[in-house]
Amino acid sequence: MLLEVKNLNTYYGDSHVLQDMSLSVNDGEIVALLGRNGMGKSTTLKSIIGLVKPKSGKVIYQGKDLTGGHPFKVVREGIGYVPEDRRIFPNLSVFDNLKMGIKSGKAGQKASKSQWDLDRIYKHFPVLKERSAQRGSTLSGGEQQMLAIGRTLMGSPDLLLVDEPTEGLSPHFVKEVRDVLEEINKAGVSILLVEHNLKVAMSLANRVYLMGKAHLGFSGTVEELNDNPEIRAKYLEV
Amino acid sequence: MDATMAMYVAQGLHGLAYGMLLFLVASGLTLIFGMMGILTLAHAAFFMLAAYFGFQVLQITQNFWMALIVAPVAVGILGVLCERFLIRKAHVMGHIGELILTVGVALVIMDAVKAIWGTESLYLKVPEYLQGLVSIGGLEYPIYRLFIIGMALLLLIILALILYKTRLGLIVRAAVSDADMVNALGVNVPLVFMLVFGVGTWMAGVAGVAIAPILTVFPGLADQMGMDAYIIVVVGGFGSLSGAFLVSIIFGLLSSYGVQFISQLAPVLMFIFMAIVLIIKPAGIFGERED
Ligand SMILES: Nc1ncnc2c1ncn2[C@@H]1O[C@H](COP(=O)(O)OP(=O)(O)OP(=O)(O)O)[C@@H](O)[C@H]1O
Ligand SMILES: [Mg+2]
Repeated sequence: MLLEVKNLNTYYGDSHVLQDMSLSVNDGEIVALLGRNGMGKSTTLKSIIGLVKPKSGKVIYQGKDLTGGHPFKVVREGIGYVPEDRRIFPNLSVFDNLKMGIKSGKAGQKASKSQWDLDRIYKHFPVLKERSAQRGSTLSGGEQQMLAIGRTLMGSPDLLLVDEPTEGLSPHFVKEVRDVLEEINKAGVSILLVEHNLKVAMSLANRVYLMGKAHLGFSGTVEELNDNPEIRAKYLEV
Repeated sequence: MDATMAMYVAQGLHGLAYGMLLFLVASGLTLIFGMMGILTLAHAAFFMLAAYFGFQVLQITQNFWMALIVAPVAVGILGVLCERFLIRKAHVMGHIGELILTVGVALVIMDAVKAIWGTESLYLKVPEYLQGLVSIGGLEYPIYRLFIIGMALLLLIILALILYKTRLGLIVRAAVSDADMVNALGVNVPLVFMLVFGVGTWMAGVAGVAIAPILTVFPGLADQMGMDAYIIVVVGGFGSLSGAFLVSIIFGLLSSYGVQFISQLAPVLMFIFMAIVLIIKPAGIFGERED
């Protein structure tokens, strides 16, 4: 098992937004984490990467306990994080944004299944090469999403946590992002994907977790979810 | 050149020198704010402390250059310790906790200074060759002001080179807009915070020692400079170095020409300037931060 999340409990002040949340990702998988707005999907990713500190529970990655560590330490172990709102550095050029993803020092030398550098990123995202001198803030939403994914890939992660990559994108870019994630996975990167677009999620994922309010509601394969309209109605449909 | 013209030029030079020193103080303040989200109220106290340290080093070594080098470094180290062992600990309490802590640090420095050196003005003498006037193209310039401008320019260039030509600079610029994201890309952000805090405090320290021969050393030194520097950060735009630079120079010139023409109105001029800028652009001249 690549990543194991066990019984995470996370609070924002007094509100208990993750209650015994558990999930796992196996090597090579794409795992989708789905659920309605405000259920705690983003908080689950943030608790894994260390941007919020869970009160209890465990985050085990490649056998190592990373619970509640500094984000930079978690990332240096080989996990990459592409946040919900992309969080491009607006004042930096596309090129500099990408450079920010490079890990320096020992973490940079660490071997990973899939090594990425600028050339390889540019091959997958030709638009980033075209716009490399432009400021990040001048890119369109779809281009910013490509940049956010490319920037994280520069650190050559073995596991990618991606939060709603298709949100607000035109159908053209939705397909593009979907295909890029598939390619990245084929290149050896495991993916934990939070996604509202059910079609995209189901077409990519091997396994699915559904979240109810603050807790895990369902886990199974894509086929199991497909065969189970009640579950879909309970956790997904509005 | 006639006498009036000469006076204008000399006055402009005074303003420029003061503006450059303001920038040394404000640049650290604005970088620290951009990265950590706090407007440290200890900054002006460190500036003043450096002036006292400079006085003390000069007493001991009789060497102005030693004062100019050693005192700011000592203050920079204090800044690093303050960040590492106090502010970082207060981080869990949020920005208000950190802010209150920096007020505490400022008060402690203020009282320590009074207890050790008293409240009398102390004089910091510059070497013979930095005193007096130099005549260039028929105009007389005070050498020490020229020296301050030159030194601050040098620091400014070094700072700009680090910020725009090195990886560390890239990290700092990124962290000014989104430190958490930088952290989540694998950069040891707490270490960068500490470094920036140290360098910012060091620069305030350089300004403190440099201004001491002009204004003398006294506890109130922190007040005027501190107030100006905080206003500069607000007007220039939180986290914006170019904004801080531009406004520092404008403030320097306003204060010196203001004294010239409408002396009782000089401090008011800055507030008027601030009000106008903030009405037109509430985030400051180069302000981009949304939160
Ligand atoms: N910084 C915060 N402070 C307080 N409450 C928060 C914070 N961030 C999120 N929450 C709350 O925690 C709950 C879970 O939020 P989270 O962002 O994890 O949901 P989500 O499943 O990602 O939703 P969405 O699909 O809308 O992105 C929500 O009720 C939200 O309002
Ligand atoms: Mg979310």
